[in-house]
Amino acid sequence: MKWDEFFVTGEPMIYGAMVSIVLVSIAILVGLTYFKKWGYLWREWLTTVDHKRIGVMYILSALIMLFRGGVDALLMRTQLAVPESGFLDSQHYNEIFTTHGVIMILFMAMPFVIGLMNVVVPLQIGARDVAFPRLNAVSFWLFFAGAMLFNISFVIGGSPDAGWSAYFPLASLEFSPTVGNNFYSLALQISGIGTLMTGVNFIVTILKMRAPGMKLMRMPMFTWSVLITNVIILFAFPVLTVALALMMFDRVFGSQFFTMANGGMDMLWANLFWVWGHPEVYIVILPAFGIFSDIISTFSKKNLYGYKSMVFSMVIISLLSFLVWAHHFYTMGAGAMVNGFFSITTMLIAVPTGVKIFNWLFTLRKGKITFTSPMLYAMAFIPIFTFGGVTGVMLAMASADYQYHNTMFLVAHFHYVLIPGTVFGVLAGLHYWFPKIFGFRLNERRAKTAFWLIVVGFNVAFMPLFFLGLQGMTRRMYTYSADTGFGPLNMIATIGAFVLAIGFVVLCYNFYYSFRHSPRDEHGDPWDARTLEWSIPSPVPVYNFAKVPHVESQDAFWHAKKHNVPLFKEGPYEEIHMPNNSGQPFILGVIMFFAGFFLVFSWFIPALIAGIGVVIMLAVRSFERDHGYHISAKEIAATEQKLRGDSV
Amino acid sequence: MKNKKRWLLTTILISIIMLLSGCNSMVVLNPKGPVAKTQSDTIIFSILMMAFVLLVVYILFVFMLTKYRSSKTSDDYEPPHMEGNKWLELIWTVIPIIIVAILSVVTVRTTNAVEKVPAGYETQKPLVIYAASSNWKWHFSYPEENIETVNYVNIPTNRPVEFRLYSYGPITSFWVPQLGGQKYAMSDMVTKLNLVAEHEGSFMGKNSNFSGKGFAQMEFEVLAQTPAEYSKWVKDVKDTAPKLTEQEFNKLLKTEIVGRKSFTSTHLGFAPAPMDMSEHGKSGDSKTESTDSSKEPMDHSDMSNMDHSNMDMKDMNDNSSMESGH
Repeated sequence: MKWDEFFVTGEPMIYGAMVSIVLVSIAILVGLTYFKKWGYLWREWLTTVDHKRIGVMYILSALIMLFRGGVDALLMRTQLAVPESGFLDSQHYNEIFTTHGVIMILFMAMPFVIGLMNVVVPLQIGARDVAFPRLNAVSFWLFFAGAMLFNISFVIGGSPDAGWSAYFPLASLEFSPTVGNNFYSLALQISGIGTLMTGVNFIVTILKMRAPGMKLMRMPMFTWSVLITNVIILFAFPVLTVALALMMFDRVFGSQFFTMANGGMDMLWANLFWVWGHPEVYIVILPAFGIFSDIISTFSKKNLYGYKSMVFSMVIISLLSFLVWAHHFYTMGAGAMVNGFFSITTMLIAVPTGVKIFNWLFTLRKGKITFTSPMLYAMAFIPIFTFGGVTGVMLAMASADYQYHNTMFLVAHFHYVLIPGTVFGVLAGLHYWFPKIFGFRLNERRAKTAFWLIVVGFNVAFMPLFFLGLQGMTRRMYTYSADTGFGPLNMIATIGAFVLAIGFVVLCYNFYYSFRHSPRDEHGDPWDARTLEWSIPSPVPVYNFAKVPHVESQDAFWHAKKHNVPLFKEGPYEEIHMPNNSGQPFILGVIMFFAGFFLVFSWFIPALIAGIGVVIMLAVRSFERDHGYHISAKEIAATEQKLRGDSV
Repeated sequence: MKNKKRWLLTTILISIIMLLSGCNSMVVLNPKGPVAKTQSDTIIFSILMMAFVLLVVYILFVFMLTKYRSSKTSDDYEPPHMEGNKWLELIWTVIPIIIVAILSVVTVRTTNAVEKVPAGYETQKPLVIYAASSNWKWHFSYPEENIETVNYVNIPTNRPVEFRLYSYGPITSFWVPQLGGQKYAMSDMVTKLNLVAEHEGSFMGKNSNFSGKGFAQMEFEVLAQTPAEYSKWVKDVKDTAPKLTEQEFNKLLKTEIVGRKSFTSTHLGFAPAPMDMSEHGKSGDSKTESTDSSKEPMDHSDMSNMDHSNMDMKDMNDNSSMESGH
């Protein structure tokens, strides 16, 4: 590796990005020093093991990644707006659609969902933290290390350029000789290990740490969706771990698992990737289903219709999600038998999903619907997601898929399920739980402006792609000639994309506006909601529940409000045992970042040293005695007095 | 809200109308052969089924949203507690299952149909054309005629054509939307795609699977001609085009973007196609020979534990002798 190859050169836009990265970094460093916030940052955030703060950090990272992935999307749409555009060259375009896909799925959707899980799930089940708070911090810092490692690739070394699915042999050293795909394998590996730990953590949390009386079938639907999601994570992510390890061996150590020569099998990568990849889309969609369930129920002032079938259908979806992976490559020539099998399993997913749609619709029935901003997202979700869903059924039919595969039709389909599903889901969740996290609501007027821009922009951006697909426009082509006739629809799509982007800008501006102007929430239940998280003050004190709630039914808080039964037993406060903060997860994340970085460039000695560092960190943790600390009853009483204005 | 609903419904209506009016620009719905016709029919059938599903959901949705909004209820209205209803839930489980069952039957039948030689053409001897991709072009070899073309392929109408696909490099996907759906071309096996053109004309063909820098330019023309014109074209090529030498072919593989080319011999003699997966799929590992033209020795250790290894080898020899015999 020569030093002039170390930095990406020759692109004015990338020089601009480099300069802005340096400037922003300097601004942050100067700002932290000037305002003397280094200590605050370290004590309150970098070393925290509090699930709420970890959740906030996940969501903040996700928003930053949404910005990065969004800029990628706008660059692509600008390039495709007119035929024969010279805005981006082929290589640059290929890198951008690759990073757009990876970032949006793994570094935007995943952390957004996991961030909301972190904030909400312990509160919904009446717990004081997750089962393994320190592990939770490790999960976050590994994710963050992976995300940063992936993001620096565009200024150092070059971005991956073989698509987010990184099909071999295209992603092999032979056809992709830059370090771009090394970044892919190592960054995803590091953050994937973090996700796997999250899976373990949340399964244990939900199974073992529910408040007394909260049986499984009394859990809020979001908690149910998170439980099922994490079971999927536990089974799917090891496949990714193995696939990425083999990819790294191929690229860094010269093994031949997926190469063309010496018995390598390129199709093996495609299979492994999608055995993880298809469950992955359910990992990001199921929690959104849970969020919508809670929100629809809250704002219809009704309990969720068909609770049992909602749970059951999610279980069925999770099982089926492992039986459909080959529909991503019907065209590989596996024959009519295999394709027929996978067509049927794929279409079957429509059945439990349909059950959920109808249950949501019947939750609305005889309700008292108010259209708050979270509810608007939920209501836009139903028709748009159903549209995305039925096009999914069309794609599931193998014979027809031979015509849709690799076209814009497919691109339109998965944006039509992932955006109204996952993105609207996390945005609805963000607006819904925002007052719980920060103690004030987002301004409704601005939130609704952003909502309409996003919904309209989204449809204008992606509806034309269905038709472009049927006209024969394939995905991932960086340019097209005028006589293909793809021009007008592409122009419309680009306009829609920019409207969508303006919507996101308004949405982000609303954080600032509401921080300045929104009235502070006094009683912790601004939406007149139903589940336990709304029974405690906002923002939530560090110990969550001063007293452990006693649950008697579904929608425990609503039940307590309506029937005037106390959630919390009378009596004095007892002292609360809490975990200590620790800097180790952060340090481990930093070391993993460097271990990954050195391996990307095949600098084995530094990588080995970093690897030893990781082992040392694990050893330190193993021999450490940390019994946490206790919050005294007196302190709790004082905090509660201050937050609630009375003694409970 | 109402505006949005109306807007959404209009969009969908327009979409359906555009689709069903058979807009000529929608190549997928403008088939020129039986395979694409089957697929186009399947697509339109599924659109109609799905439009019905959408209609049901949207009507319910609009009904719920207009009837039960809080502005339409009195302030003291308390929504009832509803657990769910066994019969209703059974209905919206069973009806989707029936829809999926219908679609499954259609899918399995049509998938079988498009994988085989189209109905009515089974008795004809298919024209075999090897289509190999390399960065970033397509090589078409006609073993029967012993000619080879680059980036264009001429076929006779009303005769089944068996494309045998493989790749010198990344996975590509051979797609001629007006004749039929795509199939992958891969480096270590041959996949087969049966197409028939029932109309004369020039059709767009392309690689639809991203394969690197020159991917967007990886298009070719498929020219469907009457058998007489086709024979004349073959004769013309034989009369005018040069021979394809191994050296020339290797040079061609390395050239990134080339125009059209024609040759009076094929590369199959000195660089045979990899083993055919669709015929010997059951024998397991398909790796019998290297695909780059340097002709590495066969890896016998791979084959030693396979029952059909002898048969595979024999077939392969037969193939190559047949091909070089022309």
